[in-house]
Amino acid sequence: MSDSSDENDSQYVLYRDRPEWKNVTPLKQDDADEPVVAIDYTEAFVDCFDYFRAILKNKEISERALELTQTAAHLNPANYTVWQYRRDILKGLDKDLNEELDYIETVILKQTKNYQVWHHRKVIVEWLKDPSKEKYLTEAVLTKDAKNYHAWQHRQWVIKTFKLFDGELDYVDCLITDDVRNNSAWNQRYFIINNTTGFTEEVLKREIDYTLLHIKIVTENESAWNYLRGLLLHAKEGLSKNKRVSDFCEELYASGNRSPFLLAVIVDMCCEVASDGAGDTRYTVERAKELCGELMTKYDKVRANYWQHMIETMDNVGKKGTEDEGSSVN
Amino acid sequence: MATLIKDISLQEAIPTRIIFEKHIEFIKEYGQKDNSYEYGMTDYLRVSGMYWGLTALELVNSLPPQFEFVEYIKKCQDPSSGGISACLKHDPHILHTLSAVQILCIYNYLDAIDVDGVVRYIKSLQQQDGSFMGDKWGEIDTRFSFCAVATLSLLNRMDAIDVNKAVDFVASCKNFDGGFGSRPLSESHAGLIYCCVGFLSITNRLDIVDRDTLAWWLCERQLPSGGLNGRPEKLPDVCYSWWVLSTLTILGRLHWIDQDSLKNFILACQDTETGGFADRPGDIADPFHTLFGLAAMSLLGHESIQKVNPTFCMPQHVIDRLQLKPQIFID
Repeated sequence: MSDSSDENDSQYVLYRDRPEWKNVTPLKQDDADEPVVAIDYTEAFVDCFDYFRAILKNKEISERALELTQTAAHLNPANYTVWQYRRDILKGLDKDLNEELDYIETVILKQTKNYQVWHHRKVIVEWLKDPSKEKYLTEAVLTKDAKNYHAWQHRQWVIKTFKLFDGELDYVDCLITDDVRNNSAWNQRYFIINNTTGFTEEVLKREIDYTLLHIKIVTENESAWNYLRGLLLHAKEGLSKNKRVSDFCEELYASGNRSPFLLAVIVDMCCEVASDGAGDTRYTVERAKELCGELMTKYDKVRANYWQHMIETMDNVGKKGTEDEGSSVN
Repeated sequence: MATLIKDISLQEAIPTRIIFEKHIEFIKEYGQKDNSYEYGMTDYLRVSGMYWGLTALELVNSLPPQFEFVEYIKKCQDPSSGGISACLKHDPHILHTLSAVQILCIYNYLDAIDVDGVVRYIKSLQQQDGSFMGDKWGEIDTRFSFCAVATLSLLNRMDAIDVNKAVDFVASCKNFDGGFGSRPLSESHAGLIYCCVGFLSITNRLDIVDRDTLAWWLCERQLPSGGLNGRPEKLPDVCYSWWVLSTLTILGRLHWIDQDSLKNFILACQDTETGGFADRPGDIADPFHTLFGLAAMSLLGHESIQKVNPTFCMPQHVIDRLQLKPQIFID
């Protein structure tokens, strides 16, 4: 707990010293008979969870119990039982869930990588059927950590469930402009298109242009190259026969660029042409093998064994045409 | 254009060996410190914590006697739902149910719990679309699909669920880069890829994987420091040494990465004072990263560590005793 916590404030009163809790007998942690570990928590922690166990046991649904879960969640936000019981209380007391949304927002902004707090948010949004604050919240989190998996997951859920696709492509464009290597943003691009227009010929053309433009800015960008490959999975002509893409790659290569991702795409274009048996004369097995050799020894030494494998695969393609390389599962 | 790769630089003095005696001491003492505030703070993951610690100890031939652990797990089973919770008086959860079953399999002590209850619990969490919830509160992702089939497979009760539908859900989480995410069209992530490929290994459906596309993506996780990250442009972390390596092992492509530089990175993540492994050099060690550091070294062939099964993250001799043969690719 790195943030300033209530229990450190001088006015914080232990539950055992609060008059409204006098009629509850706190319930000690029941690890006593087989002490895997000796116990000596800080006082506020012990005090709060002793009372939490007591209300859980008595199934107490009350304002004070609700307040207690807030302290317990503050002391240990990852404790999922606390959140579950809090929801029982919210329902039981028929509380204003908008207040709960405000409260959980403050918690999420401090605990952005905690499964329980995001799940609590999701349940409350589902109960309210009101997604109007979710884009704002996730944007607040993504501003600080643009790849936060929980925030993206929540955002995708909200957008898909409540059909909030409008404006999302613009938002993603801002993020990519900010950081062209943001893989989460590229993935979100795919998510939006897949869920809206689909990859029609027109959309493909637009997206290919968009991606090539961004590859030009940073050529050693795994995310953009992977997105390009993802797009071309939807193109009838495959990887090698899209003139726009192949011309772009050749131009980049001719300019002296040796990004491993560029070379890898050219290698795959060569493999595709070789296994099709005909096509662009720029793409030959010999060229691919030469590139793999350069990747192995110069441009991507870490993955030398992968490039060696590619050379061997091409030798097989040369021999067997389009046949499978003969792997098996066991 | 200049290339800036997100990575770390390793310290000058990297340990040349695994300091086994320190790691054993570290795990045995973890949580037994008088500073038990930590113990209270981690009660929500206790049973999984036990699995990390005990599996690590077994991999280095130092498993303690079973008694207190088995007794504890027994008490964490909820008699009505059949699920197992993280600690006493908490609600059951599928993550801890798997961890508990894994521990009991290591000790060969499944009789300690109501196995039918566990099966009933897992079955109750399957949804119409084949996915699994983590508990009755409805969070869904592919981690729970893995937990469900791993648990049932260890109990030899796969017939209890609709496996085909479960496979359909996991297959729907496959992305254009060959990876898998938490839900359909969620970003590929090495931890979730392990869950999905492990799931497909258990259900004998590796045919769904784009073997070499995925293996290449996984190899791309290796950084100049030798360490592996979990997604593009993220920092390396020892736990990905496990998630990436185990998946590459299942795919039969472990040799595609630079093993020597990875070993060096893992060795550098050891805390030579306290024992244990941290996520990356200089950070605080914990049992989670200690297990995954040791298990990764096992996959890399370290002769003093027991062989680990890449699908279950359990000692291979236990998987052999249970006569389980999760699918793997071989050339």
